[in-house]
Amino acid sequence: MYDIVIIGAGVTGCAVAYRLGQYAGRVAVVDQAHDVSAGASKANSGIVHAGYDAKAGTQKARLNVKGALIMEEYCRPLGVPYVRSGAMVLGFHEEDRATLEALYHNGLANGVKGCRLIGREEVLSMEPRLNPQVLLALDVPASALVSPYELTLALADSAAENGVQFLLGSRVTQLAYQQGAWQLTTPGGVLTARAVINCAGGDAGRLHNQISTRQVHIIARRGQYYLLDHNRPALFTRTIFQAPTKMGKGVLVTPTTHGNLLLGPTAEDIDDGADTITTRDGLKNVLEKARLTFPGVSLRQVITTFSGNRAHEAGGDFIIGAVEGAPEGAFEAIGIESPGLSAAPAIGDELGDLAALSLNLPKKTDYIAPTPLPKAFSAMDEDERRAAYQKDPDYGRIVCRCEQVTEAEVRRAIRRPVGATSLDGVKFRTRAGMGRCQSGFCSTRVMEILAEELGCGLPGITKSGGKSWVLSGGIGKADQDA
Amino acid sequence: MRDDRIPVDLLVVGAGPAGLAAAIAARKAGVTSLVVLEREDEQGGILNQCIHNGFGLHRFREELTGPEYAQRDIDEAQALELDIRTGTTVLDITPDKLVTAVSRERGIQVFAAKAVILAMGCRERPRGALAIPGSRPAGVFSAGTAQKLVNMAGYMPGKRVVILGSGDIGLIMARRMALQGAQVLACVELMPYSSGLNRNIVQCLQDYDIPLLLSHTVVDIHGRERLSGVTVAAVGEDRQPLPGTEKYLACDTLLLSVGLIPENELSLSAGVQLSPATQGPVVNNLFETNIKGVFACGNVLHVHDLVDYVSRESAQAGQAAADYLLGARPCFLRSRVCDGQGVRGTVPQLLDIPCEQTPETVELMFRPDRVYQNHHVTVRTPDEVLLSQRRMIFTPGEMAEVKLGPAMLEQARGKTITVEITKEKQA
Repeated sequence: MYDIVIIGAGVTGCAVAYRLGQYAGRVAVVDQAHDVSAGASKANSGIVHAGYDAKAGTQKARLNVKGALIMEEYCRPLGVPYVRSGAMVLGFHEEDRATLEALYHNGLANGVKGCRLIGREEVLSMEPRLNPQVLLALDVPASALVSPYELTLALADSAAENGVQFLLGSRVTQLAYQQGAWQLTTPGGVLTARAVINCAGGDAGRLHNQISTRQVHIIARRGQYYLLDHNRPALFTRTIFQAPTKMGKGVLVTPTTHGNLLLGPTAEDIDDGADTITTRDGLKNVLEKARLTFPGVSLRQVITTFSGNRAHEAGGDFIIGAVEGAPEGAFEAIGIESPGLSAAPAIGDELGDLAALSLNLPKKTDYIAPTPLPKAFSAMDEDERRAAYQKDPDYGRIVCRCEQVTEAEVRRAIRRPVGATSLDGVKFRTRAGMGRCQSGFCSTRVMEILAEELGCGLPGITKSGGKSWVLSGGIGKADQDA
Repeated sequence: MRDDRIPVDLLVVGAGPAGLAAAIAARKAGVTSLVVLEREDEQGGILNQCIHNGFGLHRFREELTGPEYAQRDIDEAQALELDIRTGTTVLDITPDKLVTAVSRERGIQVFAAKAVILAMGCRERPRGALAIPGSRPAGVFSAGTAQKLVNMAGYMPGKRVVILGSGDIGLIMARRMALQGAQVLACVELMPYSSGLNRNIVQCLQDYDIPLLLSHTVVDIHGRERLSGVTVAAVGEDRQPLPGTEKYLACDTLLLSVGLIPENELSLSAGVQLSPATQGPVVNNLFETNIKGVFACGNVLHVHDLVDYVSRESAQAGQAAADYLLGARPCFLRSRVCDGQGVRGTVPQLLDIPCEQTPETVELMFRPDRVYQNHHVTVRTPDEVLLSQRRMIFTPGEMAEVKLGPAMLEQARGKTITVEITKEKQA
């Protein structure tokens, strides 16, 4: 029997787990995916929204602003990349002025500091590659960038170091309250808990509706993106939004914390929330709209395309707290679409505390503070690299040439508290395979290291767990070895 | 400068066929202070995984496998006692030729080089660069990655295979997978012609009854965890898919052979100017880039079809680097070489033609923009036609070349030179 089981190992679930790591209690996180951060948390814009957009008075507005304010401090002890980049919302027509003014006033109402409306010349002096037809912009200096999957992975590690168990590759099919405890049915057996916290993203509605008399309706909203290679110097330093118009919300052009450029997302309501395909029309749409912001975008720079599904609740707001219409001990975070990443620190703290207090869990006396992620070899200067090599000669071995990831970093990614068990697991923890060759050169070496560290043969290695096998078998002698 | 910089006259980045040929030529021309850095554990570059034959026909008049071809250069380098450091990745090159490298044996080392030869080769275009829609399951590989898995690691990436693109590596892998018992359903090519060598189409596809679908492409990728199939469609003249022609092919593996990109990230860090046409450095006839003392050769300069020509070009670059170091450089006038009608990516882009001595013959290499039969390659200055030679066929899959002799070079000295494909012989 667990005290608390969190369903969902995305950024929300992991932020809750991180908070609960401070309390004495038996806590587990369960997720159907084979790794943490496998859903929307790995496929979003990576933006810490300042909070001018969410409608004043909503949970979205409150938690966004609260989360954004603490995000930098939240990331620091974890060693997670955070960049106070700033943002702009562009207007191209006179009628956009009213829209931007409304956003400005909404920001004021939400308590966002530093926003101002600026004219074309200033806009272009700040971001020279923008479409010169821009008329005006809302400047948002409080906007920032965070690496969403690195944040999620770091939260999971710290939680695990403090005793939270991660039960991955395990889908909760049925959630029910029986004999005074919560029963979670999974393919591997039934988990029991005194309290559950539903942070299941796109799947959260299904679980909610199993236990509550008040139904929710989650709509999977697909967002497709282009990812471009990094450039020195950066093409843009800020996140560039477009003012929403009658024609739609527009797409953003933003740097990532690693200096790549991201274009997207679309917003398409789809039936199957697990389906993260890209489509010809969707990508075309992104490109056309992105060209309005950045006419010089070059497809030669495209590294990959991807999509992620946001969990939009029909009511439009986040639903946070104890589950209404359900027995005691059920908590949830439902409808966590944008600005869910920005709000994650606030949601994690509030929901974690709420659940812990409901069970009277005491604070731990032996809490282990997070170990910050070490600086990436690619980001080190010469002396730091020499020092890293002195400590571990595996820093002398480059595995991924595109992102300059060393063997020491790949091995560490596998040995982390919630370690990588697949090629994608290594990729999201180290960036090996995330660069311009998209793992063409490094995947065989990463597979060898994974096989060594996990103590399995090469054919046992997968792309992302489950049936995502990479090799169908050996040839000749290797076949007999396999 | 920090006192831990390692002085060296010539630093060669890469010990594939280009780097080896360049280093051997430079050593033979008298360069003694010379270091070659290679990121892999073995010398020989991509040849090591090319276990099929057909290499060396031009250079050695023999049919060698990739490893055999590489071994000839490796042996010669060893006989010349070249300092070749494997397992060493170059991290950065500055415009003043400080070269930072790292290896497990030696850690971080920074070389202060007087001359640098860039010989890093090329990489394959990945799926993402094509933005093929669909899901992103396991089972989508670049052809070269699959080749490495099969030939180096000894494992098969799958059993039912579709190949997108008819580049040479894709064709070679179609045969390799078939020989290994996989079912190769089709080789799908966007263009109305293959970008691979004709001999490979015959020997790798036709001999194994593998259909080549020209003017087709993959429009959708299916499968959540592992690839379950692809949708193939015909394309029109605008290369856009034709609605109604879609066909589903159930397969577990998609290999991509959709182009090679010269790997020039280090060149950019050194301040080297790149050509949009070749995606490689802009060089003169001595293979020198815009950064004095920095040379480029092989597939990092422009993607070749045959290693024989990589070796030839790289030996010239090695000789030129030696001349640069040893101070043998005459005065010259510069001519610019432009791509004319039907021509793409002519290398070299600049000709530095000596003023006071007879110039040596220069080979211009280029690719036609499509297939031409019985056309002429014409080289002209604004004032006159230097030459106009008839060729039976031009095809984008095979690099074309044209030689400019000393007399033509003297005529062209200091002028803009245009290379073009013309239907009629020009006079």
